[in-house]
Amino acid sequence: MATLELHGLRKSFGNTPVLHGIDLALHDGEMLVIVGASGCGKSTLLRLVAGLEEPTAGQIVLDGRDVARLDPAARDIAMVFQNYALYPHMSVFDNMAYGLKIRGLGRDDIAARVGEAAEMLGLGPLLERKPRQLSGGQRQRVAMGRAIVRHPKLFLFDEPLSNLDAKLRVTMRAEIKRLQRRMAVTSLYVTHDQVEAMTLGDRLLVLHQGVPVQLATPMEVFERPANTYVAGFIGAPAMNLLPGTLSHGGTAATLDNGLVVAFPDGKRAGAEGRTLTIGIRPEHVLLDPAGIAMQVDLVEPLGSETVLIGRLPDGELLSVKVPGRGPGTDIVQVRLDSAALHVFDAETGLRLD
Amino acid sequence: MTGRTDWAAHIVLSFGVLSFLLPLWLLVAGATQDPGAISRGELSLLPDLSKLGVFYSVLTDKAPGGSPVWRMLLVSAGMALAIAFGKIIISLLSAYAVAFFRFPFRMLCFWTIFITLMLPVEVRIIPTYAVMSDFGLISTFTGLTVPLIASATATLLFRQVFLTIPDELVEAARMDGAGPLRFLRDILIPLSMANMAALFVIVFVYGWNQYLWPLLVATDPKLDTIVIGIVKMIGQDSVTDWNRVMATAVLALLPPVTVVLLMQRWFVKGLTEGDK
Repeated sequence: MATLELHGLRKSFGNTPVLHGIDLALHDGEMLVIVGASGCGKSTLLRLVAGLEEPTAGQIVLDGRDVARLDPAARDIAMVFQNYALYPHMSVFDNMAYGLKIRGLGRDDIAARVGEAAEMLGLGPLLERKPRQLSGGQRQRVAMGRAIVRHPKLFLFDEPLSNLDAKLRVTMRAEIKRLQRRMAVTSLYVTHDQVEAMTLGDRLLVLHQGVPVQLATPMEVFERPANTYVAGFIGAPAMNLLPGTLSHGGTAATLDNGLVVAFPDGKRAGAEGRTLTIGIRPEHVLLDPAGIAMQVDLVEPLGSETVLIGRLPDGELLSVKVPGRGPGTDIVQVRLDSAALHVFDAETGLRLD
Repeated sequence: MTGRTDWAAHIVLSFGVLSFLLPLWLLVAGATQDPGAISRGELSLLPDLSKLGVFYSVLTDKAPGGSPVWRMLLVSAGMALAIAFGKIIISLLSAYAVAFFRFPFRMLCFWTIFITLMLPVEVRIIPTYAVMSDFGLISTFTGLTVPLIASATATLLFRQVFLTIPDELVEAARMDGAGPLRFLRDILIPLSMANMAALFVIVFVYGWNQYLWPLLVATDPKLDTIVIGIVKMIGQDSVTDWNRVMATAVLALLPPVTVVLLMQRWFVKGLTEGDK
């Protein structure tokens, strides 16, 4: 039960700045997912909160107390590592109990806490095993158990599912969510996987090159991406981004290929001819016999839907997601669903509403 | 791997085993012959079982060099154990410092240790002797063991082991609240047990077989090691009791062989198991 606030948190390695000032506030019991591409600084951010790295500047306020200069052990934070980081020579029980032993808890207390966590995670029959006798998913559970038994103020997850196979990842994702809800412990979860980000987070923080780009609920990030980076990062397949200019007195955009798309949700500011980037998700590109022709280069059948990747007459790449098997022809006629357009400034990449 | 027996391989291997075993067998057999037989060159391959008592008498009687063999074995064992444990402890700690801590001149320390690899005991024996002499440690057990304890090889071995330990494990221990000493005791030492055992075997045998250094520094017969003792038995008087020399050599072989046999499994594991 705790709140976490970051104030102007910066980190440089030598002269290379990695995080350019992060301000963030987590409510009690909230699960915040930090998502971004490799090297965006998300792991560094987590390690700063954990105390494994020292911030160059800024404050980390956990439950009203600045812990930025404290030792990791003094922060009352537990972390789940990407490679689980289980102690290979200790049994599952000892792995979970180790932190409690160091904290000087009594034998009975430790047994009770470990037992409770083991039951929660279905690890009961495995308590005497060594980590190498466990499967990947079980190791992951032990790593979580080790965090749970501590009853910490804050959970940190560092890409905990990235070493699991696809099927297990889905199961464990659900399990983490369920556990986090049940225990209502404030959590920071770092991932590069947008599906994890969307499904797990109460809120998302999209990080790009050490700068926070957008902080919002998953659906808001998906529906109203703050800039072209977020637009391209969240959602699969990625949003189509087409160059164009502002026209018709700000009520429409003329794409570079000549297509005119009207904004149904009102005027955008700026002079006629202002350069824009028009974003449209593949699922919002509709097949329409009256539309423009697209040469299909690649068909990716996903079962319930099919992704067509092709070129517009001017050579612009476009991906289209259609339900079912798709038309099966080399040329398809498509139309952009104007209700689902995203308008960005071409220079700054920022969203225009 | 084919199922059939590979006779050629068996013959070659058997030959190898024989050529290793034959000298040892000669040693055991020779110990039970009468003293003259060996110098006459009439060494029989069959041990004379009635004379097995020679082992006992060698062990307890005063040898020509000075102390009885049991005492020399004790000195050797003490020296080998002191060197083995000393080396393991010193190397473990220095490797821990070099591998896990950031301190000024860390790499200088590491390279200084590394460079001493180029200076085996024989090369630095005169200055070492001078230092021991200045400390007044000539003919003491300390003087016998301490200079052989410092070891670049063992430090490097531990460092390599420590470098295979994932950073995340170190960090997990930090999050769990383990301080440096606790981490060493609870995580690092258990994880390097196999390597320690391998090192123990190597260093024990190394310490047991030391010759030059004990010869120089331990002039007191009370500190004669078994290796020195054997040498003293040969040619001390005009007539060498070869059977007694051989019996002593057999006894001298037993402790290192025992150590190797007992720790064989760990030894192989420690040398072959890279990361865990």
